[in-house]
Parts: sequence; structure tokens; C-alpha cells
Amino acid sequence: MSTFAEYAISAMLIIGGVFTLIGAIGLARLPDFYTRLHGPTKATTVGVGAIVISSVIYFSTLGRGIGIEEILITAFLFMTAPISANFLAKAAMHLEVRTSEKTRGQTWDQ
Amino acid sequence: MMLTALYITIAMVTLAALLNVYRLIKGPDAPDRILALDTLYINAIALIILLGITLKTRMYLESALLIAVMGFVGTVAMAKYLKRGSVIE
Amino acid sequence: MLDRLRFPHPWLSLTLFVMWQFLSDGISGGSIVLGLILAWIIPLMTQGFWPDPPTLLKAWKTPAYLLRVLWDIVVASVDVARLILSPREPRPMFICYTLELKDPLAISILASTISLTPGTVSADVSDDNTLLLIHALDAEDEQEVIDTIRNRYEKPLLEMFQ
Repeated sequence: MSTFAEYAISAMLIIGGVFTLIGAIGLARLPDFYTRLHGPTKATTVGVGAIVISSVIYFSTLGRGIGIEEILITAFLFMTAPISANFLAKAAMHLEVRTSEKTRGQTWDQ
Repeated sequence: MMLTALYITIAMVTLAALLNVYRLIKGPDAPDRILALDTLYINAIALIILLGITLKTRMYLESALLIAVMGFVGTVAMAKYLKRGSVIE
Repeated sequence: MLDRLRFPHPWLSLTLFVMWQFLSDGISGGSIVLGLILAWIIPLMTQGFWPDPPTLLKAWKTPAYLLRVLWDIVVASVDVARLILSPREPRPMFICYTLELKDPLAISILASTISLTPGTVSADVSDDNTLLLIHALDAEDEQEVIDTIRNRYEKPLLEMFQ
């Protein structure tokens, strides 16, 4: 394996790990449900995407072809993350989950 | 060098999973717990991919794909249950 | 019987067929036959859930839009990451966004885009498809967020679906 590929894989791995961890920190420390929704939908999805890219580079340098499965996983995660966020937000609005005092604007429930 | 990066990443993702478990236990509401479970399965996918790189096999990717599909269906079903009181109307 | 042997959604069928070839290990006779069967039977069974065939009129504009969204996702994640790590409290806000789009598919694409990009999650669409409730993680000003979404995402979608 070339040194360049090794550097690229390592960088992608670390970036992915950092984003995943930040998403989880956001989930643990932000004040209310709606703000916590932001961490997983963005940071974690991008983190897994970066890890998947490193896996694609790794297996293609090993000469095992380009990983279609990895790309399918990423595409699927990027498509479903906003949908599950939307469903959870709807459920939270229905249950009238507590929002932090600093929130401006109103929710609605129909 | 790549191996070091791999181990650091595995440590970070595991820590992330632990933080999710903290949110899963603490709650305080049901949507919070579902959100924690949702993030947890995405982290599990990341861990499976990392395991595949460590063991130099692509065998585990199929299971990662399955977890992605099943996890999404589970999240949607639970969120829908909270909103409507039933999964299938 | 013969009138069932058709493909009501050719693009969906094509996507399913190609996806099946990717999922099965290598293209073989078996995977092609099974792929054809799936491409025929899945659109037929899900027909009731596809009210109108979506009208994507200017399909050649999709790659530019996708690239912009992908780039924005990366930028948005860095923004959110910085906000999560900084000690100050975020300033969350609920925003009502008046939609100009009419097509349901276009609205769902816009809602998904909003969820994946800078500091906003789309929470709900009103029943008559005219209002979108958005939760912004860290917003100074309501109008600024609305203008960004309007110019950056809704205008290209309006051009694509009109």
C-alpha cells in the first residue's frame, strides 16, 4: 500500500471518529430534545460517511474492487437521517416535550 | 500508522456509543431515548466497518447494511407509535 | 393477466434492477432473472403508495444541486461540531417557513435538505402543504435563515420542478 493511501485512510478514519464522537457529545450535553436532534442528524451521519470512505479506499488499494455495499450504506444513511429526525420531531411535538427557556418561536401540533 | 489511527477511531466511536447509552438511560423523555437508540445503531454500523478494516475482510458489510435498514425501520416504527399510539393503522 | 406485465414506474424499476445487481455478488444469470422479477413486482405492489408519477422536468440540474447539498452538509457538520464543543449555550428557535413549492416530492426533498444542512432541522409540514416548521439550533435572526433557505435551496428546486 502506498504511503499516500495510508495517510488518506488514517485522516479519513480520524475525521470520522471525531465527528461521531462530537455527535454523541452533542446528544449528551445539549439542553433540550430539539437541540439534541441536531447532533446525530448531521455530525454522526458525516462521521460514518468519512469512515465508510476510508473503508472504500482501503479495500480498493488491497485490490478487492470498489465497495458498492459501502456506498449503498452511506447513501441509505444520508437518505434516512432526515426522515427519522422528522418523525422524532413530530412525535416530540405531539408529546409536548419540554423545550429550553431560550427557545424562541412556537411549535404546533395537528 | 494506519493501525494506530484505526485503534484511536475505534476508541472514539466506542466512547460515543457510551455517551449514547448515558442519554438512553437518562432520558428524560421517550423521544430522547429513541434518538439515543437511533444514534447507537449508526455507531454500531461504524464499529462494524472498522472491525472489517481491522480483520481485512468485507464479509461484515452485509450485516452493516442490514443494521442500517432495520434500524431505520425500528426508529420510524417507534416514533410513529409515540405519535399515533399504533404502528400500523 | 397480460395487462399486469408492464412497468408502471420505469425509473423505479430500473433503480431496483441496478440495485439488485449491486447487492448480489457479481452479475450472473440468476441475479438478472431475480432482478427482473423484483423490478416488475415491487412497483406493482407499491402502486397504491405512488399517487402521481413525480414530475422531474429538468433532471439535468440535479447533479449541481446534489453537489451543492453535499458540500453544505460538510460545512454544516463543522458548524454544528464547533457549536457543540464551544461552552456557550445555543440559541434555538422555531421558524415558520412559507413554502413556494407545490409538488409533494419537491417539498420532501427540500425538507430533507434542510435537515441535513446548516443548523436547521425541519420538524413538520402543515396539512395543506404551505408551511414548514423548522427548528434552528443557533439562529440570530429569523429572516436571515428564511432568506438563506429561500435563495440557496428553494429557488433551484423551483426551477427543477416547474
